[in-house]
Amino acid sequence: MTELSVDVRVSYPDFALEVAQGFAGAGITALFGPSGCGKSTLLRVIAGFERRAKGQVAFGAEVWQGGRAFVAPYRRGVGFVFQDARLFPHLTAQGNLDYAHRRAAREPARYSFDDVVDVLDLAPLFTRRTGQLSGGERQRVAIGRTLLARPRLLLMDEPLAALDTKRKAEILPYIARLPQAFGLPIIYVTHALAEVTQICDRIVALDGGRVVATGGVAETLERLDLAGVQGRFEAGAVLTGHVAGQDPQLHLSRVDLGGTVLEVPEIGLSIGDQVRLRVRARDVSLALTRLDGLSIRNQLAARVLTITPEHDTAYAEVLLDLGPQHLRARITRAAVQALGLLEGQEVTALIKSVAFDRQALPRPDRAAAE
Amino acid sequence: MGPLWLTVRLAALTTGILLVIGTPIAWWLATTRSRAKPVIEAITALPLVLPPTVLGFYLLVLLSPNSAIGGAFLSVTGSTLTFSFFGLIIASSLYSVPFMVQPLQAAFEGVGRGPMEAASSLRASPLDAFFTVATPMAVRGYLTAIVLTFAHTIGEFGVVLMVGGNIPGRTKVVSIQIYEYVETINYDAAHTLAGILLVFSFTVLLAVYTFNRRFPLHVG
Repeated sequence: MTELSVDVRVSYPDFALEVAQGFAGAGITALFGPSGCGKSTLLRVIAGFERRAKGQVAFGAEVWQGGRAFVAPYRRGVGFVFQDARLFPHLTAQGNLDYAHRRAAREPARYSFDDVVDVLDLAPLFTRRTGQLSGGERQRVAIGRTLLARPRLLLMDEPLAALDTKRKAEILPYIARLPQAFGLPIIYVTHALAEVTQICDRIVALDGGRVVATGGVAETLERLDLAGVQGRFEAGAVLTGHVAGQDPQLHLSRVDLGGTVLEVPEIGLSIGDQVRLRVRARDVSLALTRLDGLSIRNQLAARVLTITPEHDTAYAEVLLDLGPQHLRARITRAAVQALGLLEGQEVTALIKSVAFDRQALPRPDRAAAE
Repeated sequence: MGPLWLTVRLAALTTGILLVIGTPIAWWLATTRSRAKPVIEAITALPLVLPPTVLGFYLLVLLSPNSAIGGAFLSVTGSTLTFSFFGLIIASSLYSVPFMVQPLQAAFEGVGRGPMEAASSLRASPLDAFFTVATPMAVRGYLTAIVLTFAHTIGEFGVVLMVGGNIPGRTKVVSIQIYEYVETINYDAAHTLAGILLVFSFTVLLAVYTFNRRFPLHVG
């Protein structure tokens, strides 16, 4: 697996980026952070679009940039999916695909033109002019076009940012399938947590032009919460489990977290499929005992690990142990006092079923095994 | 037939030459971040504001057998640059530069960096991307530039008079022929030629605007 290593500095009058970071040669790495943190700039540096960047970019043993060396973007074998698709308007959808296919690298022919068309379901769009495609369709053609040039590394710059929620949900599964289907590492720029938890394997989090955290999705998000990078309103925890049961009549699914079972709105997966769920801290309430006569369906036994009062607000963050996994709750400091919460105490965590992010997906490795 | 055919040949050759020379200049102007850009822009726009006699005067000096360029041309070919068809082509090409460069520059700026970056991420070299992405996307700019250059060359008078004179079959173009007819009070012949020029110009412009209307480029 070829690894990408980056050690670069870019300075503009109002902004500076300074990143030294390795990127894994497989799976999807999220380049995550708030708007203006430099994540798109870093992606453009990797692609070779920012010639003013100083420092070194190397892909395995190949030096793309360093000292006097500068490999032109078209020689890097890097695919780039832009936020605005950038289809060529003078060509049809198929014309756009052919453009890339004719220029594809010959060597590792791991997949064919038809494979790409099948995975992204592009055949019905062939004869359309780019102006006649919907936003989601344009992005699918753009992804297909990029794959057909047979890149060795795929860079995606907020490919879903311009789409509405429904279209996002439509395209995410296609993207999740790419690393396994085409053996391609992906660096995926986004500021949307839902996308990170659903399709990414690792996170490189940027803030103010610097890397602030890296690692697996769940633990990195937890650390980011502590650092307050995402803002307290969005803070939460990621739970991993598998689908244990479905109730088609009530449109509910049950997810086994390893002992405890959660009830969530129906997710379109088979029993046994893995899922990742993100639960925001503000959607979790605490009780000292199990309660009857409540509309809240999920009551989980938990133990208080830490209580972090925010002295400038009314709130406190409570980190909970669910057995192997962690959960976060954001409650008022007054509630902490009234309940007499202490670290180490056994409590019941209450989560409304409607609090879960809508589109849960199987993890990519799981999808490939099917 | 003589002056008409000469004029058309002159305009066609000038347009062809300017396509080759003007395209890289326009591309450079549209993409550069160099501080020299306004200087080059000003130079290419000069023929728009200079009186044709001024440009014609400098060209006459520059191309005359006594100058370095004109002298070298004379010793190589045995004929002078001034008062020749070849000298006329040089003069027309310079005089029509802005009519080629400005529409092309605007068209290339309209294409922008986005599609070129997309092409390079699909393994297209810059030259490849220029011909397969930028050029087809700028096709309307090319059409405008070609028509304006051609029409402007046909209509020029001052520069031709200064550099080319009035030699039948070599430098006597339509506009000068008409001038001569009027000077000699031959209004009938002047009417015929002027009418041909008017109808021709209108037809060409009509064709261009119709084409632009029927084949709008879907950009976006």
